[in-house]
Amino acid sequence: MSVQKTAKAGGFGNWRSKMINPVLDKEFRLRMRSPRAMWTLFFYLLAIGLISLSAIYLTQELSGRSGTYNPEESRVLFYFLSFAQLGLISFMAPGLTAGVISGEREKQTLNLLLTTQQSSTTIILSKLLSSLSFMVLIVISTLPIYGIMFLYGGVSPKQLLLVFVFYLFMMLVLGSFGILFSTLLKRTMISVISTYGITLFIYAGTAILFFIMLSVWQQAVNNQGMTTSSYTWIGHILALNPATALYSILEPSFSDSVYTINRWNGGQTKGAPMALWQEFMIIYSVLSALALWLSVRKLRPRLKKK
Amino acid sequence: MENIQVNYEETVPMIQIRGLSKSFGSFQALKGIDLTIAKGTVFGFVGPNGAGKSTTMSILATLMAPDSGIAMVDGFDVTKHPHEVRKRIGYMPDFFGVYDQFKTMEYMHFYGASYGIPKAERDELIPNLLELVNLSDKKDAYVDTLSRGMKQRLCLARCLVHDPELLILDEPASGLDPRARIEMREILKELKTMGKTIIISSHILPELAEMVDEIGVIEHGLMRAIGNVNEIQNRLRVKRYLHIRLLDKMDEAETFLRDRPHVNKLLREEDKINVHFGGGDEEQAELLRSMMSYGFEIVSFSEAQSNLEDVFLEITRGGADPS
Repeated sequence: MSVQKTAKAGGFGNWRSKMINPVLDKEFRLRMRSPRAMWTLFFYLLAIGLISLSAIYLTQELSGRSGTYNPEESRVLFYFLSFAQLGLISFMAPGLTAGVISGEREKQTLNLLLTTQQSSTTIILSKLLSSLSFMVLIVISTLPIYGIMFLYGGVSPKQLLLVFVFYLFMMLVLGSFGILFSTLLKRTMISVISTYGITLFIYAGTAILFFIMLSVWQQAVNNQGMTTSSYTWIGHILALNPATALYSILEPSFSDSVYTINRWNGGQTKGAPMALWQEFMIIYSVLSALALWLSVRKLRPRLKKK
Repeated sequence: MENIQVNYEETVPMIQIRGLSKSFGSFQALKGIDLTIAKGTVFGFVGPNGAGKSTTMSILATLMAPDSGIAMVDGFDVTKHPHEVRKRIGYMPDFFGVYDQFKTMEYMHFYGASYGIPKAERDELIPNLLELVNLSDKKDAYVDTLSRGMKQRLCLARCLVHDPELLILDEPASGLDPRARIEMREILKELKTMGKTIIISSHILPELAEMVDEIGVIEHGLMRAIGNVNEIQNRLRVKRYLHIRLLDKMDEAETFLRDRPHVNKLLREEDKINVHFGGGDEEQAELLRSMMSYGFEIVSFSEAQSNLEDVFLEITRGGADPS
């Protein structure tokens, strides 16, 4: 179609404008110009700093030593810090993304944006990318705190890298859900509440579901003398939970133990089909992609008639 | 190659609407309106609040899908080829926000880039647009420091950044003080001379009358009348207002006029009688003739031009009270 070709050729000609589209450029500029960005960074670092230093202090006090540190304690501290960071990310991501579209709608700037040549995909992905970039900035700025752990050893760089990849993935997941609600719901407040609701379900809901199913299964075993494979799926519920997925990165043997419980068959055990965090990533990759696809579809009104 | 543009030639109207309808729940905002606007026309879209003006404009701006009917911009169906339509329109909604933390130049660059205009081109274009809307001295000011009138003008400049053929302006003068309204009107006149097709809705009807080529009156989701002001007046037999000045015999003239056909109402002033006249040109000529032959000494016999507001009120009053 010649008209479209002309539009493309006359559009973004150079590399920069291809990499940083106008919406992304706008998001970067406006986000960093608001005092909120500075305060978010400040309070995040304050929170993670306080948590870490308190943990270090308590560990040393409890171990009865001061000034010395052993690698095992350092590892425990790393775990603790990793979970604290996951909690903070899970708290921050919905707040940063659940208002990106509804906020524009409330400020009455969305209609103007939708009448430009920017595609719905560009708008949604730019909003997501800018939010992710800001979260990455925050998480990277916490690296010096992790540096304290490295002073005492006990944590491999590979493990640290994997944990950070997991954080990035969590931001993407919660960010996608936030953007979906922000697109579907008119009010930012309702969108934020819905995204936090989903986040809470992902953490607490899946854990509760797992324990309920586990107790049901145990009762079934007690009553009927259960056979093998009917309950193997229970362990998969934990693959929906970010906390257990992170724990499976920190303690690789955890994945095996989860599936072992479910494969319990008179002493016969089987290893995990895959690590818990891998299954987690596969499931949530699909859900995130679905959330983003729906956001793109729902951003503009459906104009074509059936 | 698929031909997506319908009848693309010079004679294609800029806007073609056929049987457009739209409902919001049980409320029918548009009830099958038809409208054709030729290229280069300045079209005044008038009607009370909730009549369907903004809905029509939103559909033309590809922000809303109609329930039924067709809306075309420059031969492109808004529902089938919204991308092509967006290239051709500059849309200014009745209520809009701005990115407060942008500077005026950055704001314009953002929208310019959003329409795919290369930076070098924007660097040349944007100062000219800011000059057109008298905001050159505010180019480095943050948008949130601008007055409401300035923001309206900035939004208008934004509409023009990709040189659209059609401007859809929904109440561009709403909430502005008289001075700002005059400034806005002058800019619109300038745009008219540039050959833009403009569809503009406004409550400031007398100001529209000066610059519009045609008006369309919409009420309760139906087009009540379309055409130029005079045509509509004639077609709908809108009342005429006659001013008759006499040298003397005012009482006698008043009695005489009361008995004449088509005279609905008289208003006596010091040396003048104002007549609400229901007849047409012939009846008006006959009235003058009869007064002359009766011997009244008439200083002036003139028909007051009813303005757009009168026309609008006349039409919509009829619609509100069908009995």
